[in-house]
This record gives sequence, structure tokens and C-alpha cells, in this order.
Amino acid sequence: MKRVYLDNNATTRMREEVLEAMLPFCKEIYGNASSIHQFGRAARLAVDKARGEVAVLLGASSPEEIIFTSGGTESDNFAIKGVARALRNKGNHIITSSIEHSAVLNASRALEKDGCKVTYLPVDGHGLVNPDDVKRAITDKTVLISIMYANNEVGTIEPVSEIGAIAKERGVYFHTDAVQAVSKEAFEVKSMPVDLLSMSAHKIYGPKGVGAIYIRKGTKIEAIMHGGHHEMNKRAGTENVPGIVGLGKAAELAKKEVREESERLRELRDYLYKGIIARIPHTRLNGYPEKRLPNTANIGFKYLEGESIMLNLDMEGVAVSTGSACTSGTLEPSHVLTAMGIDPADAQGSIRFSLGRDNTKEDMDYVLAVLPPIIQRLREMSPLYEKGK
Amino acid sequence: MRKENDMEGQYSEKVMEHFRNPRNVGEIADADGIGNVGNPVCGDIMRLYIKVDPINEVITDAKFKTFGCGAAIATSSMVTELVKGKTIQEALKVSNHAVAEALGGLPKIKMHCSVLAEQALTGAINDYLKKHGKPMIEKKFKSEHEA
Repeated sequence: MKRVYLDNNATTRMREEVLEAMLPFCKEIYGNASSIHQFGRAARLAVDKARGEVAVLLGASSPEEIIFTSGGTESDNFAIKGVARALRNKGNHIITSSIEHSAVLNASRALEKDGCKVTYLPVDGHGLVNPDDVKRAITDKTVLISIMYANNEVGTIEPVSEIGAIAKERGVYFHTDAVQAVSKEAFEVKSMPVDLLSMSAHKIYGPKGVGAIYIRKGTKIEAIMHGGHHEMNKRAGTENVPGIVGLGKAAELAKKEVREESERLRELRDYLYKGIIARIPHTRLNGYPEKRLPNTANIGFKYLEGESIMLNLDMEGVAVSTGSACTSGTLEPSHVLTAMGIDPADAQGSIRFSLGRDNTKEDMDYVLAVLPPIIQRLREMSPLYEKGK
Repeated sequence: MRKENDMEGQYSEKVMEHFRNPRNVGEIADADGIGNVGNPVCGDIMRLYIKVDPINEVITDAKFKTFGCGAAIATSSMVTELVKGKTIQEALKVSNHAVAEALGGLPKIKMHCSVLAEQALTGAINDYLKKHGKPMIEKKFKSEHEA
């Protein structure tokens, strides 16, 4: 059976070059990067090289602005809790949006238990945060604004430059969760009004369990992992050297390929999306039509429930997701789609197709061949479909 | 004995088999009873049709239409299979756990689908009883949390 993986926003397949780069650090070069003997020095050298590669990918001013973490979730937690704690004497208010990843939402909710006030901004029908809402929400107690660079479910790209500029003008730190955007957008953080930015290795064809956070030099932040003096005293814990090396390699490759690959993915994605809309009635695109990640198409199939579509596609070898993979296991429709004002019943029937570097036009043709009969069969089974006949 | 699939979100082979090849999909045009339960906001609607032999009150046919997840489709399919050939009184004894068990267990989070199946069946039977001027059955269903 043909296998087509269209769940790259959940995770990506690690590249061969990344694995090759990591292997020596799982075998011969096993020293602790904090040890000063030659075993440790070799590991330290590799960690520093990777730090430089991530700094180059993000367009940071210096490698010291990059701190390695265990992934996007930790980076988000560090940004939010770390800034809130460091600035607790200045204020106790943070602003975020209602469509953030659970790492941001739940970190914010955790702070609320400690007395912090959080404003969850609404989004419009395309999933866009209105910069004017940000402006209005800022108080003299606001210490941080955290708005994602691009949404993981629908791909909408937020107006981060505008929001960052507002934050800067008001002297408030700005964090952006760019886990989905890195490797799909070219970054130059040094010239962006961004103080903190989260990223993850496994979303850019690197290993799982490692990520990074960009922290602009001079940003006040308190460590949330306490232990030794690792990562410039910002993140304790023995460095995950093989993971960090893998992240560095993935970053190096992403930097080289980002523009060309994004363009290729955009073309393939649009070919798939237009093909689905043309072949299957009662479908809609969720998310911003243009300002959207080049690899993401979230499509709503009316009268249907997403899991049954996903399972049927899986039986044909096609892997997709219903909303966010992190929210599967709940019964609620996606918080992102409902925040966008999509009817909860329609939100239930939404499928996220997220493309990656392995995908080809043949893959899209295969999906376009197997999907219409699945939708037709399920609709015939749906008691809601009568209305749409 | 209650049987649940503890692997979160993972379906048993039997569930997948019924999902792949659901039995008794469709409508019964001249159904003797129709049960309609669920809510599209929660992601599940089940409509169950039964045909009943008025002489011996045996369910001779059952069909369903379902909007819902894999478990909702599989439980709809299984409940129609379980009640065919049973009398109304026997069918009323088919519990959500019996449906789930016949499917080799359901993930905990999907047990509410089996409750929906039991509710749809009871609804269809009550519809039949009502049409025949007989007293309807009052049944207490398990909530989502105690399913």
C-alpha cells in the first residue's frame, strides 16, 4: 500500500544527514559537555557549533542568544514563566491569544493559579489576532505578550511584526511561539521586534526531545529548570549532546533550503487543496487564504466528523490529523476552530493536511483519488447529510 | 465484567473491523421505531431504525445512520447486530457495556459512544411502544463519566 505522510505539523521525519551527524555523539563522542577533559571538550565544541547554526537560522545577533531546551513546550514554558517571574515586581499581567498551542495556554493558566492575570485575545474568522486588541489590552502591569508566529492547526501567520512593535513601544517583552514557522519562513530576529522565540527540532526534520529558545540579549528572565550552571545559567541539566547536534544540522540544512522548499510546498499544497475543493462539495478552507504556512491546508468537510475521515484515510495509507495532535484524546472540537467562530459541528469535520519535504505531486494525486469516495461513503452514513443533498 | 481498552485512543481490532465494514448502514423506510440521539457539537449523532414483528415482538431488522467518530460508527454497527432476532424485552437488556464488550472494549474516552448506542436503541424501542399505545420504558443511562 502506498504511504503518504501529511502530518508534518505534528512531527517530521528526521533527515538522514541529521542522523549521520548525531551518531558519533551517541557512540564515540559521549563526554559530558560540561567536563573539561578531552571527552567533554569534544562534546562542548559540537554543542557550540550547533548553537551557532541555530543562531544563523534564526538570524540572531550572537549564539549566546540561543538556549537549548527539551523542545517547543519547554521553550514556551520558559519564556512565559521565566519572564513573569523575573518581572513579578514590575507587574503581573500577560497577554496571549485564544488560539495558542497548549504549551502557551497551559503555562499561562498555571501562572493564573499564582495570581498572574492573563488576557486571552480573540481572533477573527481567519484566525488572526488584531494588533489593536493587543494595544487595548496592555496595562501598566503588563510584562509579556506572547502571540504565536503561525498557528499549528490552520497555519494562519499572525501579524507578529506589528504586535512586536506595539510591545516595544510600550516597553513590554514580546515572545512568539515559532515552532511551526521555523524552516517554513526565513527569520532575521535581530531586526524583528521579538525578544523571545521558541522553536523545536522535530518540526524541522531534526530529533525529538530537543529545541531552543532565542532570548534577546539583556532580556530579564528567570530559570525554570534549576540545577547546575548549564546554558549560561539559564537552563540547568546536562546537555542532550546528540539531540543538540541533530538540531544544529537540521538548522543548517533548513537555512539553505527554506525559500526554495517553501515555494515547492506552497505549490503542492495548493494543488491538493484546489483538487479537494473541486472534487468534493460542501468543503471549506479553515484559516487565512494567503497569510498561511506554505505547507498547511485545514479543510472542513461538512456533515462529517474528522476522526472517521482520518481513520479511513489511514486505511488507505494516508496520515493526516484532525486539528491538533496534542488535543486528540479530548471530545471537544478544536479550540482554534471554535475561537475562529466556526460552528462546533463543522469544526468536528476538519482535517489538517500538513506537507513536508518528502511529499511529491504523486502523493497529492493519490490523496485526490482516495479521498472523494471516503467522503461520499461517510456522508451516505451521516444523518446530517440529508440537508446537503 | 466491564472491559475497557486502556490504551488511550487506540481501537481494538474488532472496533476497526466494524468501522471498516459497518453492518446495517442505512434507513428503514417503514420503520416501526426510530431512535435519534446525540448532538453534533459533541461530534456524535446516532439514528437507529428497527422493524418489529407485531406478533412476537421480535426485532426483524435494524439499521443506522451515524455522524461520529470510529467508535460511534462501530458501536452503531454492533448494536444493530446484537438486537436483530431479539424480542423487545431482550433488546432492552442490551447495555452499553454489552456493546463495548462485543467490540473487544473501547478506549475509556470513547465509552460514551456505547451509551449513545444504548440510548438510540431504547429510543427506537420507545418509539415503537408509543406507536402501539404501550407504556414506554424509563431507563437511567450512565453518564459519560461513569460509562
